[in-house]
Amino acid sequence: MNPLVLWFHKLGSPPYFYRFAGKWLPWLYALALICGAVGLYGALFTAPADYQQGDSFRIMYVHVPCAWMGLFAYLFMAANGFVGLVWRIKLSETLAMASAPVGAAFTFITLVTGSLWGKPTWGTWWTWDARLTSELVLLFLYFGVIGLYHAIEDRRQAARAAAFLALIGIVNLPIVHYSVIWWNTLHQAQTVSLVGPSKIAPSMLWPLLTLAFATHVYFFASVLARSRVALLELESGKDWVRALLPATETPHD
Amino acid sequence: MTDFFAMHGYAAYVWPSYALFAVVLLADALAPVFARRHVMRDLARRVRRAASRKTP
Repeated sequence: MNPLVLWFHKLGSPPYFYRFAGKWLPWLYALALICGAVGLYGALFTAPADYQQGDSFRIMYVHVPCAWMGLFAYLFMAANGFVGLVWRIKLSETLAMASAPVGAAFTFITLVTGSLWGKPTWGTWWTWDARLTSELVLLFLYFGVIGLYHAIEDRRQAARAAAFLALIGIVNLPIVHYSVIWWNTLHQAQTVSLVGPSKIAPSMLWPLLTLAFATHVYFFASVLARSRVALLELESGKDWVRALLPATETPHD
Repeated sequence: MTDFFAMHGYAAYVWPSYALFAVVLLADALAPVFARRHVMRDLARRVRRAASRKTP
């Protein structure tokens, strides 16, 4: 078999994944922390104040990366949920459920920082603008997935039910993304684009991209850490988990 | 420096945003640490109980 495919198969085994994630975690946390610190320095010190919004535009540096992460985490959750539902892969179900609280945290930050930005810029904390409303629906979808997962006793059945809900909720993602184009309301349209030039000065752009990178790395670190714990719980009867207990705790006969 | 902390009048909006970002992500990073401790303690207790049942 192709070595990459073989490795992928091996990664699906909980004890192998547990060790693999444990090895990578400190590096991911360190990378996220360093990039986050550099990005925040750029955001607060080197980026010039906006000519219209003054210093309030600096909220963008936490608001926009978190907004991107809210959508990215949902896509990651739904994709893993799909794989878990179709191929019954335990690790995919675990990864899907581990990304829900992280995505919810990012979406929550997006909504609150957006509110803090809206007050000085639009003169209101909240309005039922299309982007704001669909982002709130995204947060509720995360809550629904987390709630459903915890409402069912059997962990694997719970993960599959919640993954199914996550898949239905994917319909909200294009609504969040295109809301600023489809409905012309308060929220501004995107200034940074993957295709075509961004409408933002480079001195303002680089901290944003650095922070976006840092939050992506952080997301994967958090998902790996959460998955490790979930696998310990899921496989608590297995020998590899028993072997992790301190020696004094294991029974001797 | 005072200018920096005042954010030219936007301090009340900028600083809470950055604080929320830091606090929420810190809480998210600590959650698996505590969850892991809880799971391992629970598991150790179960193993101990099973062992004491086996040796009367």
